Amino acid sequence: MRYAAHRLAQAVPVFFATTFVIYAMVFVLPGDPILALAGDKPVPDQVLDVMREHYHLGDPLLVQYGRYMLGLLHGDLGETFTGQPVSELLQDRWGVTAQLATTAWIFELAVGVGLGVVAAVRRGGVADTAVLAGTTFVIAAPVFVVGYTAQIVLGLNLGLFPTAGTDEGWPGSYLLPGMVLGSFGLAYVARLTRTSLVENLRSDYVRTATAKGLRRRRVVGLHALRNSLIPVVTFLGVDFGNLMAGAVVTEGIFNLPGIGQQVFQSIQLQEGPVVVGVTTVLVMIFIAANLAVDLLYGLLDPRIRRARA
Amino acid sequence: MLARDAWREMRGRVVFWLSAVVLAVAVAMAAVPGVFAAMGPNDGCDLRMSKKGPASGAAFGYDLQGCDYWSQIVHGTRASIMIGIAVTVAALAIAIVLGLLGGFYGGLLDALISRVTDVFFGIPFVLGATVVLVAFPDHGIWAMTLVLVLLGWTTMTRLMRGQVIAVRNMDFVEAARMLGASDRRIMFRHILPNAIAPVFVVAMLNVGNVIAGEATLDYLGVGLQYPDVSWGLQLNVAQSFFAEYPHLLMFPALFLTATVLSFLTLGDVVRDALDPRLR
Repeated sequence: MRYAAHRLAQAVPVFFATTFVIYAMVFVLPGDPILALAGDKPVPDQVLDVMREHYHLGDPLLVQYGRYMLGLLHGDLGETFTGQPVSELLQDRWGVTAQLATTAWIFELAVGVGLGVVAAVRRGGVADTAVLAGTTFVIAAPVFVVGYTAQIVLGLNLGLFPTAGTDEGWPGSYLLPGMVLGSFGLAYVARLTRTSLVENLRSDYVRTATAKGLRRRRVVGLHALRNSLIPVVTFLGVDFGNLMAGAVVTEGIFNLPGIGQQVFQSIQLQEGPVVVGVTTVLVMIFIAANLAVDLLYGLLDPRIRRARA
Repeated sequence: MLARDAWREMRGRVVFWLSAVVLAVAVAMAAVPGVFAAMGPNDGCDLRMSKKGPASGAAFGYDLQGCDYWSQIVHGTRASIMIGIAVTVAALAIAIVLGLLGGFYGGLLDALISRVTDVFFGIPFVLGATVVLVAFPDHGIWAMTLVLVLLGWTTMTRLMRGQVIAVRNMDFVEAARMLGASDRRIMFRHILPNAIAPVFVVAMLNVGNVIAGEATLDYLGVGLQYPDVSWGLQLNVAQSFFAEYPHLLMFPALFLTATVLSFLTLGDVVRDALDPRLR
């Protein structure tokens, strides 16, 4: 319990500092967003003043940030410069990205751990070599290269999956983008599981379990695997935040109307409030995931809990 | 001793030589592109040849502007290699200094360094980089390097700190202290050589990741901009035409993947050689 409180106390300042850094970065975006609204037409000074007043653009950075954080407390993510609430703009888009990230995540977990176990059990064999070579290749190929290749080969040429949009809903439309988004993490999960399991299979408790006459399946599945999954759990937890944030590229390739696409457009249109809103929520997810992992870590491995508390 | 053992271990492996050869070629292309390419960057282009596939005289075909694609790809090597190495060297330097300071002294300084690391660790890479790069539209290779360092120093710093903490209470450190060595001497002569190996491995892997990250930003259109030549930019152009003209996507993707793959493989081989337990 003390360990949990300690971790929580660390996470809070990190949250404020991270969101402040992002807020400050967006704040220095060049160009006047109010002038940009009017396009080429001149804006009367009075209108300019009223608009600046409404969006508190004249206040010091810290005051603006403080006001934003207060709004966040009751779920207010601010307003775009055209007067639309950011939360409303993002409402439909969160679902798309969450579905995409979850699909990718399940894919990482199921296939990644599976491949890792197969490789570790048959260490040095054909399956192991194939998994090692395949994962290195997937880690090396940039996600958009994997994405386009998958789109051409599996989508266009073989017609196994829809190539773009969300017409088929979940899971149909999300399978291929999910696999592409999750491919990088999948390779990591497979390699982590393999390395960790290989090390554990050599340990004394595994020898004892085997000596007791337990079947191989039980030794690997119950004893060794459970201890091997600790680093994998860490990675999977942290990676969920990465998947949400990394969806920009995948959403672009497969034309999915998620937050990644929205935020990318907003950056180029200088819609600061949207960028800050999305990034703040992403940072919250990221920190919460990290925290959850640390706590889970403590549960899985009592040594960590006792050592740090 | 460790280095010699590692070298003996590595030179017996085929993958080591394969990736070393690929990287040697890539570095040569980055250093003296004129030797490999027939044309200069954005040079000798003929719009009538736009997007034409491989033909005699142009083994890789032509790009959107009708430039010789092979020459363009050769000139694109420099951006990737330079950014990959410069970012990693800078990030490694930061990691060594901050990791040593935090890990060695502990206390308030360590807490401060660790929390700042957490803050930068929490910024999503693509979004963070995009925000900064859009704020400063006239960025060249060095501005890109700076942004990638800013978002990329945290992993190595955390690892370095952990390593230093693991080493700092060992007997040989105590012995050095009792002989009257200064803090700086203990940190750099005694702790650093015994803590650096895993960080060095991650740095090698990091070169590959930085190259891939830079290409992603170029591909999204927020990284390097037209007269610059880079693989990411070529892929950015290719995305609208790849269905009809696959060579536009294939060749830069091939070079990019081969380079990143070689750095990652080299990192893996070095790690195996330094830490035989993992084999």
